[in-house]
Amino acid sequence: MATKFDAIMARRGEIMRKALGMDYSEFELSPISFDYERMMGAHGYSLDEIVAIQTRAGVGSTPLLELKNLTDLVRSVSEPGKGARIFVKDEAANLAGAFKDRRASVSIFVAREKGYEGVIAATSGNYGAAVASQAARNGLKCIIVQETFDSRHIGQPEIVEKGRICEAYGAEVVQLTVGPELFFHMVELLDVTGYFAASLYSSFGVSGIETLGLEIAREMEHLTGAFPTHVVITHAGGGNTTGTARGLERAGATDTQIVSASVDLSGLHMASDVDFNRKSFTTGHTGFGVPFATWPDRADVPRNAARPLRYIDRYLTVTQGEVFYITEAMAKLEGLERGPAGNTAMTAAVSLARDLPRDATVVVQETEYTGAGKHHWSQLNFAKEMGVEVRAGNPEENAPGKVIVVPEGVEQVRAKDFDVARMRRSYIRNALKNAPEGYAPTSDDVEFLAADTKSDPETVQATLAELREA
Amino acid sequence: MADEVRAREGDWVEVEVKLLDPADRSGNLPPETAEKPLMMWVKGFAEGEAALGEELTIETITGRKVTGALSAVNPGYYITYGDPIPELTHVGRDLRARLAAFRRSEAGLASGATAEGGER
Repeated sequence: MATKFDAIMARRGEIMRKALGMDYSEFELSPISFDYERMMGAHGYSLDEIVAIQTRAGVGSTPLLELKNLTDLVRSVSEPGKGARIFVKDEAANLAGAFKDRRASVSIFVAREKGYEGVIAATSGNYGAAVASQAARNGLKCIIVQETFDSRHIGQPEIVEKGRICEAYGAEVVQLTVGPELFFHMVELLDVTGYFAASLYSSFGVSGIETLGLEIAREMEHLTGAFPTHVVITHAGGGNTTGTARGLERAGATDTQIVSASVDLSGLHMASDVDFNRKSFTTGHTGFGVPFATWPDRADVPRNAARPLRYIDRYLTVTQGEVFYITEAMAKLEGLERGPAGNTAMTAAVSLARDLPRDATVVVQETEYTGAGKHHWSQLNFAKEMGVEVRAGNPEENAPGKVIVVPEGVEQVRAKDFDVARMRRSYIRNALKNAPEGYAPTSDDVEFLAADTKSDPETVQATLAELREA
Repeated sequence: MADEVRAREGDWVEVEVKLLDPADRSGNLPPETAEKPLMMWVKGFAEGEAALGEELTIETITGRKVTGALSAVNPGYYITYGDPIPELTHVGRDLRARLAAFRRSEAGLASGATAEGGER
């Protein structure tokens, strides 16, 4: 028997088309490939126009700061001649406190241009605050759908804070217990209200992040005379990596290494009512980072504009305890008290910079606001209440959901490389799995898969052959 | 006995709604989630009177009507920072000392001069 859930999901395509104001079918080329660049450009706004939209929205042009104290701290544990210069783009200075304002400003501009009465977004993160803030400025109604509570009605403090800030900006916040059916309810709300779907994964939102890469390239050129050698990006759904890398590319910084970073939450199930409150990070973690990179089109739009494997050179993971330690260090050494999730890339950068020559330049491309609930102390106190052990020691002993180990010294902060080649293979496997059974990829599909995984047709062919044998 | 918590017409309240019974939930959920209903909480202005747990219709801030069980009247936010974290309280002191020592040694290697505070 068809459930209420099935009934709405069956009409999902039609509802989303109306709510996005865009027909994705015109970009489809085959059961595997689509024209990504045509989709990204379909909104018709140039990068200069997006900069102008954001300037009017109070978004962008955030300070780029050199972290001289943190750099010297890293050099104090580096081998002689090592220890790259570390910079940070203080994205917390955006209107609602995070880089997500860049995404929301373009989405909300489009919603108003297209004449929608309101906007809806499904997000438990800073994106909700960004959408609510921009909707308030544009006189649009706003509904944010969040996964907030476990079945005992205990809220993850970071998400409770995000609910508060959305309400502060005048949004209606719909708070749910754990489960992927959050998407079902969002579709139901879109159907009832006729509002615009301010999806995190639309080309509007991801285009809005390109200005961040553009600013970093220009500002680093001005500050140091060259583009950065490395940009480190906190990675969850993939929009941050995709948009920033595209912006760098458009500014001409094509040699800059794109390093994505996530908190290691391996072993925790993202749909588990029990695991939900045993994690201290609600974004920027591998629980989103890996599945979204290896199958971006699982998102709430037919084709995801966030396609991180197109851009990633390296993917680093760090532990929760390491990020909390670096968050504390940032406040004490650099006068920057910022949210822990946004410091994920900072933590990876500390480890990365240690192994690079002193003349290398590492830019951490975001920070986020902090406060009660989001703060690293709130998160650690909550973890203890939920029965997670918190102790000082070697981060190697970290066990997501069980033990958070806070390093005893900066020399213990060591990011781990995640196997990007394996992620590329996994993406290709998922692309095949989502095509009709028995579909044989054409040479155009192979070209598409190579571009979508920053690989080459030979490697894709070899992977396809391996998969056929398996 | 303490006063019973009641919502009056126009009060800012929260209602609880069962969105999906376990049987109506998505497939592929881990068992600990699959056996629980999908619950929802929404805030708005009460359209009538109710005691906690009684059915009430609200008008949300966007003007939607939602009917559910009254779960709170004038719901607040109780997130805090909490106690200092013993594993972190020493971090600032230790790292500043480490930084100062490093700068002294670098300055000694370079010219024998003394490094100044946070500047180079």
